[in-house]
Amino acid sequence: MTELVSSAPMSRAVPGARLRFYAAWGMVAVLLAAFPSIFTSASSLTTFSLVGTAIIFALSYNILLGQTGLLSFGHAVYYGIGAFFAVHTMNLIPQYGLPVPLPLVPLIGGVAGLLLAILTGWISTRRAGTVFSMISLGVAELAVALALILTDFFGGEDGISTNRTKLPAWFGWHFGPQVQVYYLVAFWVFVSALAMYALTRTPLGKICNAVRDNPERVQFVGYDPHIVRYLAFCFAGLFAGIAGALAAISFESANFTDLGWVKSGAVIFSTYIGGTSIFAGPIVGAIFFVYLSLSLSDYTSVWQLYFGLLFILVVRYAPGGIGGTLLMHRMPFRVGGLGRILRTYAIAAVPTLMLVGGFVLAVETIVHHTVNANEDPRIKAFGVSFDASSPMTWIVAGLLMLIGYFVGRLTWRGVTRAWDDARTIASERGIPS
Amino acid sequence: MIPAIEVRAVNKSFGNVEIIRNLNLRIEKGERHAVIGPNGAGKSTTFNLISGYLAPTSGDVLLNGQVVSGLPPFEINRRGLSRSFQLTNVFARMTVWDNVRCAVLWASGQRYAFWKSMDDLQDVNERTIRILEDIHLAARRDVIAGLLPYAEQRALEIGITVAGGSDVIILDEPTAGMSRAETDRAMALIKRLTEERTLVIVEHDMNVVFGLADRISVLVYGEIIASGTPAEIRNDPRVKEAYLGQEAVDA
Repeated sequence: MTELVSSAPMSRAVPGARLRFYAAWGMVAVLLAAFPSIFTSASSLTTFSLVGTAIIFALSYNILLGQTGLLSFGHAVYYGIGAFFAVHTMNLIPQYGLPVPLPLVPLIGGVAGLLLAILTGWISTRRAGTVFSMISLGVAELAVALALILTDFFGGEDGISTNRTKLPAWFGWHFGPQVQVYYLVAFWVFVSALAMYALTRTPLGKICNAVRDNPERVQFVGYDPHIVRYLAFCFAGLFAGIAGALAAISFESANFTDLGWVKSGAVIFSTYIGGTSIFAGPIVGAIFFVYLSLSLSDYTSVWQLYFGLLFILVVRYAPGGIGGTLLMHRMPFRVGGLGRILRTYAIAAVPTLMLVGGFVLAVETIVHHTVNANEDPRIKAFGVSFDASSPMTWIVAGLLMLIGYFVGRLTWRGVTRAWDDARTIASERGIPS
Repeated sequence: MIPAIEVRAVNKSFGNVEIIRNLNLRIEKGERHAVIGPNGAGKSTTFNLISGYLAPTSGDVLLNGQVVSGLPPFEINRRGLSRSFQLTNVFARMTVWDNVRCAVLWASGQRYAFWKSMDDLQDVNERTIRILEDIHLAARRDVIAGLLPYAEQRALEIGITVAGGSDVIILDEPTAGMSRAETDRAMALIKRLTEERTLVIVEHDMNVVFGLADRISVLVYGEIIASGTPAEIRNDPRVKEAYLGQEAVDA
């Protein structure tokens, strides 16, 4: 407590904070600029384009979920509309010889997302909570149905394709080489992330948080929570549209699945796993999600199953997501209990990994017998070969799970105790947990 | 003179249940007015009707001479009335500092601005600092409001209520659940913060009521049975019979 008192000369515009702000964003810019020199392969640059798009999309979703407390089940609608408008723009520009270069196309996607959000948002943000969620679901269903009916615009099940290199060159760049696309995406990631971060520090951004925490009380300090939610919704639509347009540029196509539930579900997943309570959470979540979905699908055919389980585990045991969980460790760090907590983690990791390993072995075996029963029983999952029809496999899986579970329970008690002790010390010293 | 608050023949029923019956109340500008009454008398409902949380079934509520009944709470707040809540009602996941800043924002004309940085708003930040010093939470500014001890949350609740500079402040049981010492501190705080403003307060604690109020209204079963100075109320036989009884003897 004493630190808090002494460190409060009561002016808020701390020069240190401003410096940290520029240093952090400057570092992000340098990293983005240097990335292609470190990872030179075209495939890693393509991966980055996916990641960058997912980052903007997840951050835009967190304007709703984390900042304003709105759980949308249809955020991909605004992403998809951005993608389709971008594709059509990219087709129209060469057709009419318009002098618009490719780097401006994401703006079109953003405006499309914004306009749609302006249209659908007023009704859907009248109420928060379940009403909002259900309306978002309805809008999503409507959008998918319309996309399959209005084939001229959405191209039916095949979608619409385009060629990004047909647009007027931009300082000699035609955006054929992957590295040029990379810089285009990186630029928009930087600008969008910075803008969304800045938004959290404005009066509207703060009132969004207040509406999230207590929409009733907001009314008694002069604000209309409906308008606050509506504005947040419009901003979320704008940035989702930019993300969709960037995806369209990367893939040179847009498809009705871009605005469907799977896409909406993916953004909930990555935002939540990353952590909704801190700004960088969705960034971490988006990177994690894209990386995992690309790599897991190489190892196992039921990667969605692992995703679902992971999601349940995060909701149950780490509701702060990756970001929130990391941040939680500031408290033990301050009271000097972090070392012990990390040691208990290391101990608990051994039986936990056994449990997970046994579980994965069992799942992969079952998958083999139900899905690929006629194929060679010698299968390979996560780089490990084993014989799915051998009883040994079941014995090993069972033993791993049993031992992992019972030993794990003991070791996790140690983790709990270490945390309890850290909390006790913290509350004695008046450090908030 | 136009009264700060005037309640004219207000009725409020929920379905068939009449909670408020022909309520008439006149509170002059600058007055400290306490509304007392037994549990279930309709005190909180009265507050909810005045602050726009509920709309009356019939009748009018006037704020500074203008009809405000039927307006949403934020409109009434913008016309100069601010209220607190019986159960603490702060922005639980935000810091103390941001709680008060949000309460100051509309009053300093920021509206829904998304092109300005909060940290650059000198006026907002200076007003916030003053409020935090007033409610003795300056040292707790970076604590998450939901983690504050109860008495400090109550102080923050009052801080949020007065932060916007409304002329009319209505407080719903501000000392509920406080110890004697905390109550005394809260009373001193309320007195200081509502100087030259109109204060309406619902309170169970008779020490608070008689120590703070210029005038008292007694509400029983949705009707005002007496209204007057503390001395008048203390000696009113109907009040004694209906409500004060034992507590008046104790006080």
